[in-house]
Amino acid sequence: MKALEKFMQKVKPKSDGKFPIAHAVWDGTYTFLFVPGHTNKNGVHIRDSVDLKRTMIIVVLALIPCLLFGIYNVGHQHFLAIGDCLSSDHVCDLFMDKFLFGAMKVLPLVIISYGVGLGVEFVFAAINRHPIQEGFLVSGMLIPLIVPVDIPWAMLAVAVVFAVILGKEVFGGTGMNVLNVALVTRAFLFFAYPTKMSGDKVWTNTDLAEGEHLIDMYSGATPMGNAANGVMEKMPSLMELVVGFIPGSIGETSVIAIGLGAILLLFTGIASWRIMLSTFIGGYVMCLIFNAAAGDNLFMAMSPVHQLAMGGFAFGLVFMATDPVTGTQTNSGKWVYGILIGILAILIRVANPAYPEGMMLAILIGNVCAPLIDHVVINSNIKKRIKRVKTA
Amino acid sequence: MSKDVKIRKGVNIKLKGVAEKLYADASSTSDVVIKPTDFPGLIPKLSVKVGDKVKAGSPLFYNKEIDRVLFTSPISGEVTEINRGEKRRILEVKVRADGSNTYETFKQGDPDNMAKEEILDTMLKSGVWPFIRQRPYDVIANPMDTPKAIHVTAFDSAPLAPDFGFIAHGQGDLLQVGLDALTKLTSGTVHLNITGNANADEAFNSAKSVQINKISGPHPAGNVGIQMHHIDPINKGEVVWVLNALDVLTIGKVFKEGKFDASRTIAVAGSKITTPKYVKTILGANVGDFLKGNLEEEARVISGNPLTGTHIQSDGHLGFYNYQITAIPAGGEPRFMGWLPFLGFTGFSLSRTSFSFLNPNKERDLDANINGEERAFVMAGQYEKLFPMDIFPVHLVKSMIYKDIDLMENLGVYEVAPEDFALCEYACTSKIETQKIVREALDLVRKETS
Repeated sequence: MKALEKFMQKVKPKSDGKFPIAHAVWDGTYTFLFVPGHTNKNGVHIRDSVDLKRTMIIVVLALIPCLLFGIYNVGHQHFLAIGDCLSSDHVCDLFMDKFLFGAMKVLPLVIISYGVGLGVEFVFAAINRHPIQEGFLVSGMLIPLIVPVDIPWAMLAVAVVFAVILGKEVFGGTGMNVLNVALVTRAFLFFAYPTKMSGDKVWTNTDLAEGEHLIDMYSGATPMGNAANGVMEKMPSLMELVVGFIPGSIGETSVIAIGLGAILLLFTGIASWRIMLSTFIGGYVMCLIFNAAAGDNLFMAMSPVHQLAMGGFAFGLVFMATDPVTGTQTNSGKWVYGILIGILAILIRVANPAYPEGMMLAILIGNVCAPLIDHVVINSNIKKRIKRVKTA
Repeated sequence: MSKDVKIRKGVNIKLKGVAEKLYADASSTSDVVIKPTDFPGLIPKLSVKVGDKVKAGSPLFYNKEIDRVLFTSPISGEVTEINRGEKRRILEVKVRADGSNTYETFKQGDPDNMAKEEILDTMLKSGVWPFIRQRPYDVIANPMDTPKAIHVTAFDSAPLAPDFGFIAHGQGDLLQVGLDALTKLTSGTVHLNITGNANADEAFNSAKSVQINKISGPHPAGNVGIQMHHIDPINKGEVVWVLNALDVLTIGKVFKEGKFDASRTIAVAGSKITTPKYVKTILGANVGDFLKGNLEEEARVISGNPLTGTHIQSDGHLGFYNYQITAIPAGGEPRFMGWLPFLGFTGFSLSRTSFSFLNPNKERDLDANINGEERAFVMAGQYEKLFPMDIFPVHLVKSMIYKDIDLMENLGVYEVAPEDFALCEYACTSKIETQKIVREALDLVRKETS
């Protein structure tokens, strides 16, 4: 390690040199390899060992189960579509084939997301001459997990550039953005290329090799898509929704994989349990309200647990609503924020057939409302202080 | 009348090298230094020049804005150095000891029988006045003000802090004299805030004519600002004076003995101290005199505690308000992939991103590394867990960063001092220099509103 440290110090480019981007890239690499030995100058002399890098890495780790399951499921859905295995054969002798097929499809998306996003970040770091910040470590992993597997690479790249520049850098970079960057990417894709983001052709890779053909009556529609079209008889069982061998965005299908991530986030205290719980409560209550008003509408009558296990609700609840930058920052505000997201997600999903899934819009609306919610909470504290002056 | 307050937010960071309750051999100091930089917002004007002979209690410099506030020499000797920094700002005034221990004499007497003006005069002339600080702004109190209350903290909850009870033991009479003087200075109550975590020393328990409050809970329970907030919060336009009980002893000595006797007992602690003990020394003393042979290699010496203290050289000097010298590992080595959670380096963390949470009572040996780089202010909820006031710490700090004085006022800037944010700064994920931000904001508000 000493040798590596020496080597890195030797190749260090000047920060005010001809190529500021070279320094930005060097700095990003060096601080990834080593936590610099800077010591405290003013203020405290000791510091906690946690830093933003560790915080972000933990979220990335929490996403790994979703990524692995997503990779496998992409392969599974593909082989299902061409009839090489039965839907009940979750783990058959095609295990490695499924996994490799999935990896071939998913890893390029991960590489594009990180490559393009970090590239933009490095350029901005060089322009602003500040060290690269870690925010995109998480966004870069979230983005491939919330898109359909068949998304064209160029579209993904354009969306990432859009999201990083207009969603984040124009506001001042990491920590300053109003909207969750990964969701801005998804919203951009959703509205700019709707045909590639919805319908029943995009969720499963059905590129056929020679001699392959889709099975009869194949439909790649997601449960959400079916529900929005009123096709309720093909609804998977609760078990299937929880385990996640269903078509959908790459990382969102398995509640179990998401749950593993949630456990890590809650245990380390990185994500707010208040937001997770209140979002769940909001969604659950909204489902109950729909249940009561359902009549003969089967989608509205769906049981809350079933409803919440479906689509992107769980994924959004664990990984997106809890974003500390774009969410509310006051503890009481977190309750309001979560409940708002939960209600909106189910409301948009069930009541608006144009949007098969409501979580993305719900969280984006929640992000926009977060400063307002905090403002109200903080004002109550201010009023209390002013009242104290008057009574004293 | 007394109040019991339980502080729930905060944490005791357990560090290696707690001072054993024993006195090390006394050593007389070779020189003392008074640092105007210990007093935020002070513009000093010198009363002496190099070569002047001074007694203990002779003025060295005074406050340009309020020229009655004198800063006096703790020992008798000769002014040997006046060190200046940028723009000729005075950094240090050094007095070399002559060993004769001669004192200026001040009016002696029982404060109970003295008028307020006489008490003020004695305190100002003898140089004990700067021990009294005020909220808002955390600066030296203005003798023209009449505070609505005076709060005296009788314990320090910071890491490796000295046990005030051990130091003050048997000096209850001096404490009482000092407290009597203070009661004359306020129209309201003098609060003596003792620890509720252990039995407070008899010297504190037996204090009279003051309101004794019991504060329990983790650090920052010992911070007088936190205590005040829970007992009787300060509002806009009010002034409260604060000081610590050990300084009240020094004030008591002025009235009892008629001299400025600045001798004090301090804790010498930390993992880089060979035998951590208590040392009898004097305000502004050269720490090299008692650290010699007791300090290990590659140490960072701090006057004060590791959260709020000042970095000094190993032959530096004890700060005006400090009762503690701490030596911790200097740090400075980069750590390979040190950000990895749960792996490799066994860094201590209050969060559960390191296995240190399994063993919260273990004494840690933390070095001076930042453990990361400064980042945008991303909040992961640490500030709220460590800031025991009914104030939104993150939003207050943010309003300080963008200098919105109205908002700061509304969010409670008058109640806080930099030290109250020390734990937040310790735990900050984004490695923000919170105390510096708070100090600069307080200076700004003070400048703009006065």
